Amino acid sequence: MRARTRRLYTFGIAALLVLAASILAFFALRENANLFYTPEILAEKGMPKPGREVKVGGWVEPGTLSYTDGGATMQFTVIDNSPSTITVKFTGVAPDLFREGQGVVATGSFGPDGQFTARQLLAKHDENYQPRELKPLEAGG
Amino acid sequence: MIELGHFAAFLALGLSLAQGIMGLRGERRLVGLIAVAAFGVMSLAFLSIIHAFVTSDFSVALVANNSHTLKPMVYKIAGAWGNHEGSMALWCIVTIGFGAVAAAFMKTDRPLFEARALGIQGLLATGALAYLLFASSPFLRIDPAPFQGVGLNPLLQDPALAIHPPMLYLGYVGYSFVFALAAAGLLEGRIDRVWAREARIWSLAAFAPLTIGIALGSYWAYYELGWGGWWFWDPVENASLMPWLIGAALLHSITVTEKRDGFAAWTALLAVLSFLFSILGAFLVRSGVLTSVHAFAVDPERGTLLLIGLLTYGGFALGLFAWRAPKLEGGRPWTLISREGALMANNIVLIVAALTVLLGTLFPLIAEAFGRTISVGEPYFNLTFVPILALILILLPIVQAWAWGKADVKGWLRWAAGGAGLVALFVLLGVGPMNIPVGAAFGLALGLWLVFGSLWELKRRAITPGRVFKLPRRVWSMTLAHVGIGLFVIGAVVETTGRYESTLALAQGDTGTVAGWELTLDEVRSIEGPNWYADGALLTARKGSQMTTLEPSKRYYPAARMPTTETAIHKTGTGDLYAALGEQRNVDGQTRWVFRVYFNPMIDLLYAGVALIGFAALLGLWPTSRKVKPAEA
Repeated sequence: MRARTRRLYTFGIAALLVLAASILAFFALRENANLFYTPEILAEKGMPKPGREVKVGGWVEPGTLSYTDGGATMQFTVIDNSPSTITVKFTGVAPDLFREGQGVVATGSFGPDGQFTARQLLAKHDENYQPRELKPLEAGG
Repeated sequence: MIELGHFAAFLALGLSLAQGIMGLRGERRLVGLIAVAAFGVMSLAFLSIIHAFVTSDFSVALVANNSHTLKPMVYKIAGAWGNHEGSMALWCIVTIGFGAVAAAFMKTDRPLFEARALGIQGLLATGALAYLLFASSPFLRIDPAPFQGVGLNPLLQDPALAIHPPMLYLGYVGYSFVFALAAAGLLEGRIDRVWAREARIWSLAAFAPLTIGIALGSYWAYYELGWGGWWFWDPVENASLMPWLIGAALLHSITVTEKRDGFAAWTALLAVLSFLFSILGAFLVRSGVLTSVHAFAVDPERGTLLLIGLLTYGGFALGLFAWRAPKLEGGRPWTLISREGALMANNIVLIVAALTVLLGTLFPLIAEAFGRTISVGEPYFNLTFVPILALILILLPIVQAWAWGKADVKGWLRWAAGGAGLVALFVLLGVGPMNIPVGAAFGLALGLWLVFGSLWELKRRAITPGRVFKLPRRVWSMTLAHVGIGLFVIGAVVETTGRYESTLALAQGDTGTVAGWELTLDEVRSIEGPNWYADGALLTARKGSQMTTLEPSKRYYPAARMPTTETAIHKTGTGDLYAALGEQRNVDGQTRWVFRVYFNPMIDLLYAGVALIGFAALLGLWPTSRKVKPAEA
């Protein structure tokens, strides 16, 4: 096989694969990039499609933490500096630094009733580390 | 003491610069001596940092910010690199160390080439040292010295994490010498067999510790974070996976250069990229542009400096590449259906896979520039990275038997039939009696296909079974690495699809059930450690005649005012019974403790697979005696 023909094939195969990967990546990102909602953004932009994975974040409203399911499931309200709130339900162990009044970011999806079921909870990690999404909120007050 | 170290580091900076200048001027003997001297001096600087940690000298700012008198000795030492400044010092000493070892062991009979490679390594060390001394110095004192230190991030007080950073850095920084070899080879205009023989050894020397380092980090995340999983597609994990993928591509491409003089330009490019992706990893982690547990020193200025370093090295190397690559020889002729063709396909797939990881890692940054906060998680990678890699793994057992130049493909139909039969069998099993998901059935078939395909190839090359152990070490190395990938695939598929998880809220004496195991909470007691205290639960787990106790606990580190989760893992032989203790909950006036309990089937197989890949790389690194003639197909 001549070097030129071979190069042509090589680039052809590479281009095809890159194209296929790009298409995959495009759809994967469109379907799976998790948008971030605070109660305020939610009120502004409206509810995402039920079942679609998104993230919500804000502060755990003091006094709203309660347990169901014999204690396995926790439920609390997330607030920010707006009048809106989001109710979050999570079955599992709370992160080490989870506290009422503290920042929290939950990954999961909204149900048709507007309640958010979290698959994973992240809390403010320590003084130096906290979920990136909460930084602008902190700065705002 | 620390001043002595500070002085030694300056001396190392001077020596590295001298190494750079003398190296580029071609003084092979002199540059070798300088490289060894620089290593001696830098070791002194590094030891002075460790000394400050061991003696808890809190007048040194780094120690005051990252250590504590009550910390166990191992973690005082490990604390030396468990922070930004210390880890950069580690980066420097590894860079210089690779130069010194290479100065002693390189044997290409090309003194000018060797001198230049060592010179470029010297310049890389100069850059790293300048960054260490002027932007993140570990040698600074504070006045007045505090009475007590702040303590290491408690998450990092762990045996796996004590050796994880040095391993990872041996890998990352190991590619600096591969980079130096590529630059020196391009300067000479010779990327040929002699070059490839040398570069292959150093690529393996970086690949082996990188593999082990990634595995250690993953295992740490598995048992320390208490989330039950082993890979989270965290930016930091991705930052280490990208150089690994490029490094794997490089190892395959280098073979073509060594055996057939082919792929010269492409191999040189990969050699350069492997190190550039390592620096990109450091930049992503250290600059704080992406959040993660590892971003201990978020400092935009440092990020900018790292970015400048990346662009300088990248610009230099890629410029050199653009200038020299067109002049490189093409090697012997080949057709697409040949070992060269197969290795080319391998390279394209690995690079595309690395690019999908890069896109997923950087996409949140791009989106943020457009004003929307988003994150990219596991589903994206499962839809892109996983099928792309699966593509090449399916082909692996078939194409590795292909000969150089032009392959005889008469046998391939048999292979294809065998593979299709295997998949069909598993899908049938999946749909029918065993009720496993089709994706998992496919993954299992793929894993077995890889394991047996690789062993079959070993047998084919040996011709008679008796000669299997007389095969060259590199054939064994290849086979074991591919078997390792097969074991990893089986472990990963079984673990991911077969994992049970459940949350239990238990009062004392209560019993809950997970994956057939009955767990009874006997008690929760207080435990005291050297620099922490803990709530420790005592769970009795029963399944049939099997019985064991699990003691998950939750530690509090008063110095850092931070809790950590200590999981309890019981190896059942088929998987891990895994329990993490959560918080105390008050339910209907009763005190309950909440547990996250998992059953992770075959997780050890996954780690055994990765360990086998690391071992295979080490085996390939071991010098072969020249007497054995490689039995090329």
